[in-house]
Amino acid sequence: MSTPARIEPGPNASLDSVVIRFAGDSGDGMQLIGNQFTRTTALAGNDLATFPDFPAEIRAPAGTRAGVSGFQLQFANHDIFTPGDIADVLVAMNPAALVANLNRLKDGGLIIVNTDSFGKRDLKLANLEVSPLDDGTLDEYRVVQVGITKLTKETVEPLGLTTKEADRCKNFFALGMTYWLYSRNMEPTKQWVTGKFKGKFAEANIAALQAGWSFADTVEIFGGQPYMVPRADDFKEGEYRNIMGNAAMAVGLAAAANKADRLLFYGTYPITPASDILHALAPFKNYGVVTYQAEDEIAAVCASIGASWGGSIGVTGTSGPGVSLKAEAMGLANIIEVPLIVVNVQRGGPSTGLPTKTEQSDLMQALYGRNGDSPMPVLAPQTPADCFDVAVEAVRIAIKYMTPVMILSDGYIANGAEPWLLPDLDALPEMKPNFAKAEEGVEFQPYSRDEETLARPWAIPGTPGLEHRIGGLEKQHLTGHVSYDPANHQFMQELRQEKVRRIQADIPETEVFGDEGGVCVLGWGSTYGAIRTAVVGAREAGVKVGHVHLRWINPLPKDLGEVLKRFDKVLIPELNLGQLIKLIRAEYLIDAVPLAKVQGQPFQTNEIRDRIIEFSKEA
Amino acid sequence: MTAAPTYKKKDFMSDQVVRWCPGCGDYSILSQVQTTFAGLGVLRENFAVISGIGCSSRFPYYMETYGFHTIHGRAPTFASGLKATRPDLSVWVISGDGDMLSIGGNHIIHALRRNFDINVLLFNNQIYGLTKGQYSPTSEVGKKTKSTPYGSIDEPFNPITLALGAGGTFIARSLDVHAKHLQSMLVASHDHKGTGLVEIYQNCNIFNDGAFDTFRGKAEREENALFLENGQPMIFGKTTKMGLVLDHTTMKVVEIGDEYGEEDCVVHDEGNFIQAQLLAQLKAPDFPVPLGIIYRCERPTYEQSFQDQVSEARAKLGNGVLAELVKGGDTWRVEG
Ligand code: SF4
Repeated sequence: MSTPARIEPGPNASLDSVVIRFAGDSGDGMQLIGNQFTRTTALAGNDLATFPDFPAEIRAPAGTRAGVSGFQLQFANHDIFTPGDIADVLVAMNPAALVANLNRLKDGGLIIVNTDSFGKRDLKLANLEVSPLDDGTLDEYRVVQVGITKLTKETVEPLGLTTKEADRCKNFFALGMTYWLYSRNMEPTKQWVTGKFKGKFAEANIAALQAGWSFADTVEIFGGQPYMVPRADDFKEGEYRNIMGNAAMAVGLAAAANKADRLLFYGTYPITPASDILHALAPFKNYGVVTYQAEDEIAAVCASIGASWGGSIGVTGTSGPGVSLKAEAMGLANIIEVPLIVVNVQRGGPSTGLPTKTEQSDLMQALYGRNGDSPMPVLAPQTPADCFDVAVEAVRIAIKYMTPVMILSDGYIANGAEPWLLPDLDALPEMKPNFAKAEEGVEFQPYSRDEETLARPWAIPGTPGLEHRIGGLEKQHLTGHVSYDPANHQFMQELRQEKVRRIQADIPETEVFGDEGGVCVLGWGSTYGAIRTAVVGAREAGVKVGHVHLRWINPLPKDLGEVLKRFDKVLIPELNLGQLIKLIRAEYLIDAVPLAKVQGQPFQTNEIRDRIIEFSKEA
Repeated sequence: MTAAPTYKKKDFMSDQVVRWCPGCGDYSILSQVQTTFAGLGVLRENFAVISGIGCSSRFPYYMETYGFHTIHGRAPTFASGLKATRPDLSVWVISGDGDMLSIGGNHIIHALRRNFDINVLLFNNQIYGLTKGQYSPTSEVGKKTKSTPYGSIDEPFNPITLALGAGGTFIARSLDVHAKHLQSMLVASHDHKGTGLVEIYQNCNIFNDGAFDTFRGKAEREENALFLENGQPMIFGKTTKMGLVLDHTTMKVVEIGDEYGEEDCVVHDEGNFIQAQLLAQLKAPDFPVPLGIIYRCERPTYEQSFQDQVSEARAKLGNGVLAELVKGGDTWRVEG
């Protein structure tokens, strides 16, 4: 066991924030302990943000670099926006996890490593000739070597588990050590284990957790007292929970449908990273939610449209490849003008791309990826918890304007988590579907319009006297009959466009964080946290910079062009090769500059901060 | 539920001009559907007619009901979402052989296995009409069309076999021009609790005229069609009375007379799956063409099971309170 060299925690040393990264084989239960650490930390009142980094392959050979699963968490005594660029602590369960994650650990950072998995075979699986524990690779770090596997086995031996079962408890031993290190309360995890596992296996996991904690305490592996990260005081008063983006999306959709007093129909086909929305919604049957796992992506969206036609809130969730398949049906929803929500949890593309990695490269697809001019409102959540608000907003707009709406989430916020102040449900916006009813002596016009919103009436089957036909062929204004009249087609196309534009009146004006004038950093969606942190950092470094973040991308806020023109220059960071920037240039003739990243990973805050500082100095 | 008023056929005729080619078999089908709807005892506003793309898929425009002309091949999926959430509606899917068996092949098999209580009318004219005459997935091998100048080389689908394989619970076949028979099949499909698939041989007089001539006209069908009646022996033919007998595991055509009597013929049993498969294989000219209900069985409908799960959840967990949903599991309070 190496002796701690540089960082000597004093008695109850207090830290403002910590970034911890758990890494191991995908079978080692890293996501599980990451989530437990998160939950405990949330209950301790810290602000936090998480980033699960899943392996690309579900069943990559155990012990290989391809099979490494990571979970990063930042927690703090103040408001934070990201899971942190780089870790203070790395828990590495095997050589592959260690070497694959070293570049995500800060210089001098702490490594807790399971030495029991550094045999010849383990090294070979990780493509290593010599052990990084011996060859000087780790000289710059503070390394705590623990035989986690063996210690766990000894701990659980009296319970008479099989070797395999005993081995599966080692993640809890590691978790116990980190709980000691950051003075976390073990009770919530113990309770969770009791609820989750049965009998001896539950006992064994609790024993391993306790043993890890005690080992850190009595053997003083960390060479001092544990750290404290005091609770964050800038939280608003209220009740909180920890929530992941996909879960927040599910709850938001259900809450919105409930508010509108409509059944929520979620038609979908399993796809990474969107499936967790289905998993979250499927048990909500007593909340007026039904889920439908269709035979394919097309059937999923079409069934949802069918449900919407019948008066439900039809929602379909998917990722980029699924959106490609749904394109024709979305065009149909556009021309028949019924509410529909399409949730795209974006991932790396093109084609199958990087299913488990994050990207923002479906923006153009959302805006234009259908045949014909087919305008569709598009909005994007900014943080995991924001998925709730965005889902509610999407449903509100879909009902009010009788239109399909696209939500662009992504893998980063879908799987990331943060504390969420539970919303005041009474304060949710009004959602009143305007169902048409027959009027004596008036012929029903299925394509008549609301003067303000241009929405057409929602006339659902079963309503006496409103029998009418809809479909994908061009509609005659008012009557909705099939029409090939050239002037009518132009009129209807412009009308559908205008209807989406009118949503501008219904969405907030642009907010600027920081300075006006100087540099504007313009972002959309999940890059919010990284940009906000970077802008704060750049301002601290003396740069005059402001942050504008778009939630609505179609339509754009009414005043956006005017706001952007108040700045000297505009930088647009995006996790794609430059998509929003094309729109901004085209709309406002502003010579914005891109900051494009497509590595399947979110922005690091320093990447953006450094670029802002550099950019501010460029002529 | 309000009792349906007494409707007339014209109550189901919309004000739109019917635009099929003169002489197309679709006219007769439209007429039979309108007549049938008038007599089903269903309120007019409770009919939803959903189609895909193709000649037949113009159908909803001509029906004075709720109608939805959707996209190519996908009609069953819209019907699924609608029926799952609105079991009170009488849902009718209108599709053709190209729409349903080519681009929409995936959806019809899944609709059948799920067994929504919907009605699916498959207008089988064995050709693509709307796109002007290419071979379809039910066209015979060797068919010469614009897209197959040397003859088609694809083995056609047998829609009945396909539906049996997909777990269909009501599978019938009828003819566009046989008004009485078609109407009776439509009624039977409506009465069936589950997906009713009615394959309707429909003549496309422009691109595939005469495809069914050997058994379509009155005289021809009296000779060459086998009208199935549950519990009745399989007898056909007017000039010579013929029957079907079982020869080991296949059907054999025999003349009713000295050697074979009616009592030797196979008795139609709608619930017999194996027999239905044998019937599905019978093709002209060696065999009579079976018309009627080829197979029928009972199985819970999808929407019933769907609703049952909701009711069970509500009975067990009570009506969900939104505040609880939002809370999820653990929460903590921050005091001001
Ligand atoms: S092309 Fe054939 S199927 Fe189509 S309307 Fe004309 S006759 Fe009928």
